[in-house]
Amino acid sequence: MTFLATIGAFFLAFFAQSGRLSVFVGQTLAAMLRPPIYFRIIGQQIIRIGYFSLPVVALTSFFTGGALAIQIYYGGNQFNSEAIVSSIVALGITRELGPVLGGLMVAGRVSAAIAAEIGTMRVTEQIDALTTLSTNPHKYLVAPRVIAATICMPVLALVADIIGIFGGFVVGTQSFGFNAAIYVQRTINFLTVDDVTSGLIKAAVFGFIIAMMGCYNGYYSKGGAQGVGRATTNAVVSASILILAANYLMTALLFSA
Amino acid sequence: MTAKIALTDVHKSFGTKDVLRGVNLQVETGQSLVVIGGSGSGKSVMLKSILGLLTPDRGSIKIDGRETIGLARRGRADIDHQVGMLFQNGALFDSLPVWKNVAFRAIQNDGMGESDARDLAVDALKRVELGPELLDLSPAALSGGMHKRVGLARAIASKPEIIFFDEPTTGLDPIMTDVINHLIRNCVQELGSTTVTITHDMTSVRAIADKTALLYKGEIIWQGTTEELEGSDDPFLNQFINGLAHGPIEVEGQKLDTAPNTIEAV
Repeated sequence: MTFLATIGAFFLAFFAQSGRLSVFVGQTLAAMLRPPIYFRIIGQQIIRIGYFSLPVVALTSFFTGGALAIQIYYGGNQFNSEAIVSSIVALGITRELGPVLGGLMVAGRVSAAIAAEIGTMRVTEQIDALTTLSTNPHKYLVAPRVIAATICMPVLALVADIIGIFGGFVVGTQSFGFNAAIYVQRTINFLTVDDVTSGLIKAAVFGFIIAMMGCYNGYYSKGGAQGVGRATTNAVVSASILILAANYLMTALLFSA
Repeated sequence: MTAKIALTDVHKSFGTKDVLRGVNLQVETGQSLVVIGGSGSGKSVMLKSILGLLTPDRGSIKIDGRETIGLARRGRADIDHQVGMLFQNGALFDSLPVWKNVAFRAIQNDGMGESDARDLAVDALKRVELGPELLDLSPAALSGGMHKRVGLARAIASKPEIIFFDEPTTGLDPIMTDVINHLIRNCVQELGSTTVTITHDMTSVRAIADKTALLYKGEIIWQGTTEELEGSDDPFLNQFINGLAHGPIEVEGQKLDTAPNTIEAV
C-alpha cells in the first residue's frame, strides 16, 4: 500500500507541476503579446543573456569543432575518406553541436542566473511588491527575459556555427595538412541553407526553454536561501533535459520530411 | 456608511492547515487599524488576502463596497492603484536606485519622465525625513532604518487612499522604532489615508492605532479602541499585551498552562 501510495503521490505531483508550468507558459505568452512591452528591459537582457554568453559559446564551439575534425579524420582514415572532414564538421556543427552545445552552455549560465535573481526577488517579497505597485510580474520580469533569450540564442548559435567550423578548419589545415582553400570550398559546397536555418530554429526554441525554466523555477521558489539554491539547480537540470528532448523531437520533425 | 475595507467570514487553508477560520473585520475611512497576534496567527495571510496576493477559500473581502475576491486582473489593477504597502523588509528592488524604487509606480504605470520622477522621489523622501543625497544609492547601501523609510516613501509616493504596513518596526532599535511610528502617524494624517498595520510590537500599537484587533488561530477574538485595549479584562488580550508566557494563548507547538504567570517549583 505504501508503495502504491508513493507511486500515486509521484504522479499527482508530476501532473500538478505540469499543470502549473502550462499555466505559467500561457501567462507568459499572453504577457509577451499584450502591451505594455518593456523594450528597455528586453535590451538590458539581450546584453546580459546574449553578449555576455559570447565568450563561453565561442570557446565551446571552437574546441568542439577541433575535436570533431580529429574524430572524423581518424574515423574516416579507416575507409580512406579523410576528405569528408570539412563537410561532416560543417554539418555536425550547424545542425546539432552548435545549437545544442551552445544551448547547454547558455542554460548553465543564464538559466541559473535568472532563477537565482527571480528566486531572491520571490523570497524577499519583491515580486509581491511589484504586484502591489500595479505591475504584472509576468510582463515586467518574465516576458522580457524570454523574449531576449529567444532572440539571442539563434545569434549565439550562428556564432557557434562559424567558430566551430573555424575550429575544424584550424585542426584540419594545421594538424592534418589539408589545403585551406580546398577545405573552405568543400565546406561551402556541401553546406546548404537548410542546414543552418534548422540549427537556428532549434536555437530559438532552446532560448525560450532556457529563459522559461529559469523564470519558472525562480518564480515558484520558496524557503529562503536553500529554496533559491534548489530553484537554481532545478532550472539548469530541467532546461538541459528539455533542450535535449526538444532537440530530438525537432530533428525528427525537420529531417524526416 | 460603507466601510473602506470589510472582511466577512474569510477562510484560507494551506493543505490541512487552516490559517484563517472566519475572519470578520471592518475598517472605516481614515481609520488606523492595527492587527496584533502572535507568530503563526494568520496576520500576514490576512494582509496578503486583502492585497490580492493570496485568494481566500471562501468569504468576502470588499474595498469601498466592491468585492475583490475573484476580481479580474483589470478590476484588481483599479484597486491596486489606491493601495500602498510597506513590506516587513522593505522589499526594495535591488536592481534599481532609490529614486526609481520610490517613483516606481509613477514611472511604470503613468509613464512619468526621469526629471519628474526624481522630483517625486525627493518629495516622498522628504516626507520620511530623508534627503536627496540618497537618490542614486542602491538599496544594498542603506541601513535597516533607511531601508524601512525608503519603503515607506515608496508606499506613500502615489498618495494612496489605503496603506498597509507589515510589521513596520520589526528588527529596528527602540529609537528607530519611535521614528518609524511617528513617520507613519504623520504621513497618514497628512494624506488622510486608511491604514491597516500588522505587528506584535505594543509600542507601535499605542503610537499609531485608532482601533486594534487581536487575531488568534485565524479568528479575530477581540477588537476595540486603544482606550478599550488598556482597560480590557479579556484574558487573551491581557496575556498578549503584557507579554506573559502563561495564559490562554497557546504558543506554537506547545500548550502552556492557564495558571497565573508564576514559576512553579520543581
